[in-house]
Amino acid sequence: MSLFEINNVRKSFDGLTVLHDITVSVEEGEVVAIIGPSGSGKSTLLRCATMLETMDSGSLLYLGETAAKNGPDGWTVYAPPADLRRIKGYFGLVFQNFNLFPHFSVLRNLTEAPVHVQKRDPGEVEKEAKELLRKMGLEGKEYNYPQQLSGGQQQRVAIARALAMNPKMLFFDEPTSALDPELTGEILKVIRRLAEVKMTMVIVTHEMAFARDVADRVIFMDGGYIVEEGRPEDVINAPKEERTKQFLARFSDQGAIPSGGQE
Amino acid sequence: MVNGGQRCEKAGAEGRDENRSGAAPADGTGGIHMTNFMSIVQQIIGGFGTTMLIFFFTLLFSLPLGILFAVARMSKFTPLRMFMQLCISILRGTPLMLQLIVVFFMPFYVFGIKLSTGWRLYAALIGFSINYAAYFGEIFRAGIQSVPTGQREAAEVLGFTKTQTFWKIVFPQMVKRVIPPVTNEVITLVKDTSMAFAIAYAEMFTMAKQVAAQQSNIMPLFVAGLFYYIFNIVVAAGMGMVEKKLSYFE
Repeated sequence: MSLFEINNVRKSFDGLTVLHDITVSVEEGEVVAIIGPSGSGKSTLLRCATMLETMDSGSLLYLGETAAKNGPDGWTVYAPPADLRRIKGYFGLVFQNFNLFPHFSVLRNLTEAPVHVQKRDPGEVEKEAKELLRKMGLEGKEYNYPQQLSGGQQQRVAIARALAMNPKMLFFDEPTSALDPELTGEILKVIRRLAEVKMTMVIVTHEMAFARDVADRVIFMDGGYIVEEGRPEDVINAPKEERTKQFLARFSDQGAIPSGGQE
Repeated sequence: MVNGGQRCEKAGAEGRDENRSGAAPADGTGGIHMTNFMSIVQQIIGGFGTTMLIFFFTLLFSLPLGILFAVARMSKFTPLRMFMQLCISILRGTPLMLQLIVVFFMPFYVFGIKLSTGWRLYAALIGFSINYAAYFGEIFRAGIQSVPTGQREAAEVLGFTKTQTFWKIVFPQMVKRVIPPVTNEVITLVKDTSMAFAIAYAEMFTMAKQVAAQQSNIMPLFVAGLFYYIFNIVVAAGMGMVEKKLSYFE
């Protein structure tokens, strides 16, 4: 049983199909990187997986539990709200532009959902949240407000907020795209550490070197299709498909994919 | 009128100092003396209480009602949304004075109920509250829509219900954004309370007009104006404090 499974997704906006029959499954402990040019559908795929976008057709399962499946008329039917709420507890999502709650302190950004959604004990949640912040190198920032932090710190808070829910897996939607180049390193380091402790992750990214180093599997998407999929060293270093080669050429031209394990 | 004149003469006889406060000569035909001024102030203060009453209760009802209007106006349920849009359009598009008159006479013309004197205040409160709710509703709608979609998405992924998302995430950010336009409306309301005269409810400005007519002197109107102004300075300062208090984020 896969931890996460999305099968035969189709999605179109105003007649423009952005996802053509996409199927992806992720095993426990696996790190999957999704790469591809902008407009390739990778973000839409992530939004369908996290139910921020509804699929036109296709099915969605977490830990074998059905969040959505095809109805008799071929359109996706979602599970009842109570089931969806439970299933939403299985995953966390880290956004490109953090989306921290600006009116809450850093600590409250982490504790609000565990206390009010998962109905956990506030004292225990707070203790865990502080520990999480410490691990993220944000000790002493508990009572600051998001705007007082740097972009890199804000994104670490966002990752901590997702982790505070104790999810089975994490999705990242271009987690470093909104950051200054010198700040991306600290985020990649955090994700790398999560990979080391076998956190299941799906990462949409433009950081090719990082994708290759940290991912167990790379998916290259273009035009709403999965063009190529496989081990990172195969897809990134020796792509088979012409379109993948084309896409990656731009990165290697700029020397953006050095061979060493850098961040 | 006779009374006022007598008081003027008396004051004039008693002390020359007091004459200086008046612009016109103290010949007992409209000159303003300190005692006269004080009596004007006293009479107007009586009306100030009723003005306050309308002001506070209108705010108390129209602010929550405005949220309801805003939510209905953004409803996914088309008939409700269209209905709200029509209501707001009428409430903003017709004179407040006419709306007060309509509310006041409604029980009589629709239900045949005899109108009591006490009804005047209630009619004023209902009329003002609904009218202001329409304006507040549109301000709140703008405020709600200005909260980035990402905030709602983050809340959704964390599993918050729609109600939780609204009250915990959207509402506090909306409040911060709408303080300046809401301050505008609140200040307008202070002055608009004078429209209650349309249904013969004696608030401050109505009183001031009566005193002015009695004394053939426009000074009472200026005194009333001063009261509105001072009150609005307090309102603006209060709202300024709220704004400052909310400046800890963004």
